[in-house]
Amino acid sequence: MLLKSTKADWVGNLRGDILAGLVVALALIPEAIAFSIIAGVDPKVGLYASFCIAVIIAFIGGRPGMISAATGAMALLMVTLVKNHGLEYLLAATLLTGVLQIIAGYLKLGSLMSFVSRSVVTGFVNALAILIFMAQLPELTGASVTWHVYAMTAVGLGIIYLFPYIPVIGKMIPSPLVCILSCTAFAMIVGLDIRTVGDMGELPDTLPIFLWPDVPMTFETLSIIFPYSAALAVVGLLESLMTATIVDDLTDTPSDKNRECKGQGIANIGAGLLGGMAGCAMIGQSVINVKSGGRGRLSTLIAGSVLLILVVFLNDWVAQIPMAALVAVMIMVSIGTFDWRSIRNLKDHPLSTNIVMISTVVVVVYTHNLAYGVFVGVLLAALFFANKVSHFMYFEKLLDEDSSTRTYKVHGQVFFNSSSKFIEQFNFKEAVSKVIIDLSRAHFWDISAVYALDMAVVKFRREGAEVQVIGLNEASETIVDRFGVHDKPEELERVLGGH
Amino acid sequence: MKEQKQYILSCIDGSKYSEAVCDYSSWIANKVDAPLTFLHTIEHTKVPAVADLTGAIGLGASEDLLNELTEVEQNRSRLLIEKGNIMLKAAKKKAVESGVSHVEIRQRHGALAESLVELEDEIRVLVVGIRGEQHEGDESGVGTQLETTIRSLHKPILVVNKSFSTPQKIMLAYNGSSASRKALSMVGTSPAFKDAICHLVYVGDADQSIDTLLDEAKKELENSDIEVTTVKLEGEIDEALAKYQLEQDIDLTVMGAFSHSRVRGFLLGSFTEKMLEKTKRPLLLLR
Repeated sequence: MLLKSTKADWVGNLRGDILAGLVVALALIPEAIAFSIIAGVDPKVGLYASFCIAVIIAFIGGRPGMISAATGAMALLMVTLVKNHGLEYLLAATLLTGVLQIIAGYLKLGSLMSFVSRSVVTGFVNALAILIFMAQLPELTGASVTWHVYAMTAVGLGIIYLFPYIPVIGKMIPSPLVCILSCTAFAMIVGLDIRTVGDMGELPDTLPIFLWPDVPMTFETLSIIFPYSAALAVVGLLESLMTATIVDDLTDTPSDKNRECKGQGIANIGAGLLGGMAGCAMIGQSVINVKSGGRGRLSTLIAGSVLLILVVFLNDWVAQIPMAALVAVMIMVSIGTFDWRSIRNLKDHPLSTNIVMISTVVVVVYTHNLAYGVFVGVLLAALFFANKVSHFMYFEKLLDEDSSTRTYKVHGQVFFNSSSKFIEQFNFKEAVSKVIIDLSRAHFWDISAVYALDMAVVKFRREGAEVQVIGLNEASETIVDRFGVHDKPEELERVLGGH
Repeated sequence: MKEQKQYILSCIDGSKYSEAVCDYSSWIANKVDAPLTFLHTIEHTKVPAVADLTGAIGLGASEDLLNELTEVEQNRSRLLIEKGNIMLKAAKKKAVESGVSHVEIRQRHGALAESLVELEDEIRVLVVGIRGEQHEGDESGVGTQLETTIRSLHKPILVVNKSFSTPQKIMLAYNGSSASRKALSMVGTSPAFKDAICHLVYVGDADQSIDTLLDEAKKELENSDIEVTTVKLEGEIDEALAKYQLEQDIDLTVMGAFSHSRVRGFLLGSFTEKMLEKTKRPLLLLR
């Protein structure tokens, strides 16, 4: 049931959820604005999206306490769509993204996350942090940027990280809020001529209204939006499921990943219909939520609704926020998202793991598409794994001179990657009258292995030897798809024993 | 696993009923000659251990937070485990003193209801207090865990709501339904009620068929040497039973429990729930 929730999910942690929800709402405003700017749309698109997604996910998400809204990972994928086709196509793509995610949820694709290894997750998180940071650079390197902007960003970061050290109030007021308030106040009082949020586009002045995207319902439209929607759906689910795992770990509670997929889909459909861009779960904000004491669904609901109320009623003030303050907050988010331990671990972890992690990061930073990075990472991890497993093979070779019989006893894993090594182990130059290949201690995992065996047999025959294969049935028991019924220890020992 | 003898499971949480729960379970264990296990569950609260409203995340935020949360919760759980262990040991001592031969103690993490579902196959009879620690102050009402437990568990459950007195006079709520028939045969066959006096009670409009129903039931019990009084009452079932309980000074009420379907219970208002609210004496619920 998508709407199923326990009372404890909602009111089990009333105080913590309300306070954390407020902290997150305040932190979401600059993020939603910043990500709208990345995508190239008015800030209101991101703000409406954040409101819709957070509120819908509060009811139907599979991971209580996780924060979903407009995100950088998604915004980066929309840039060219918005540039070439405009906002309406983005809204249509958002709807389609939702539909695809719901389908993924029903197909239980959430379980595919098990193929995404730890290093790929780390690479994803680091790449995301780098992208969020890079997205801030135009604000700092543009031609019209004055030293005021640098100074304000530096001071802003100083406030964010030093304010919590002030006794008593430091732990009570969110420091990013203090940063934004003081920077805005300073800029307004001094009358600094620097870019503000108001310069970036329209802010919401009403509650969102229902809008069907104004695009022609044709096949051509579909062919424009589908590639974007597919990428958005994949990245959205990846980031959501990874974030869910992080929240699971932090709170020591389980979550329903397939329900989360469906929830993300419905939330995106909601966002698309109310004029918002596609979004997903946010790693940084979810960590802030848990850190602030948020655990239940209420925290997400409060975050979304307070965000909208604040922005709608304070839009004149929000427009005055200097971009420099926003940049400071976003740099904090990127620093907080980056997995610094992974840098320290580089020297301890095996090279293959490091290559997987770094390739993921490099591909993402190069393509600005997290899906490609994850694809490359997963592929590399799988190849490295196949390579490692292929080392598990050795031959026992016995010669019976009297009968001129050579026996090859094969131990280990034979599959596509090890099949050539398998053939190499045979000595075809040896002139014997009989060859026995004993496979009862080997496992054939795929057709490549069977083919390699056939080749070996044919070759021996050509050399004039009689070939006898023993134990092929046992060896190929592992070849069938869905090899996994062997959950009993004695069965496992029988099939995979001896290695 | 199947060879293992099913045991009487007694749930202890340090609330005011825990002592009575201990006594009642010892009584059953002695009567039916089954091993007794005391269970204490360590429920992880939803209330977070750390709340830092700074909203700022710095280097390694997620990692630091995980370490911090782990440390605080480790200490919290350790204290709960220790506390539970003391209670369990005290209960065990008491049970051994009252003559139970096999007593075990167990501690588990997680909510009571979910632990019980996992242990279900090993349970013979479950003994619980009507309210847990969280509702200590309440004068009436059924604990939140209990309702879920009764709904999800398919074993006899003894709900304890007062201090121990040896059950001699028992009341069997009987209406001929399959659940109550099961209750009847259980009373008839269980060694726990060998020397008991049983009041066989029917509530509702009485007619000829009810009399024969009660007579048959009476005969069945008398065959197993139980002294039976049949009674027909009128009025709201739960109120009539509760009133009769007090008038006749009944020690224990036996009845069939909740229908499985949640929807039906929701529509009709569950009778078992009402009975749990009204009763002032221990209730043995049979599924």
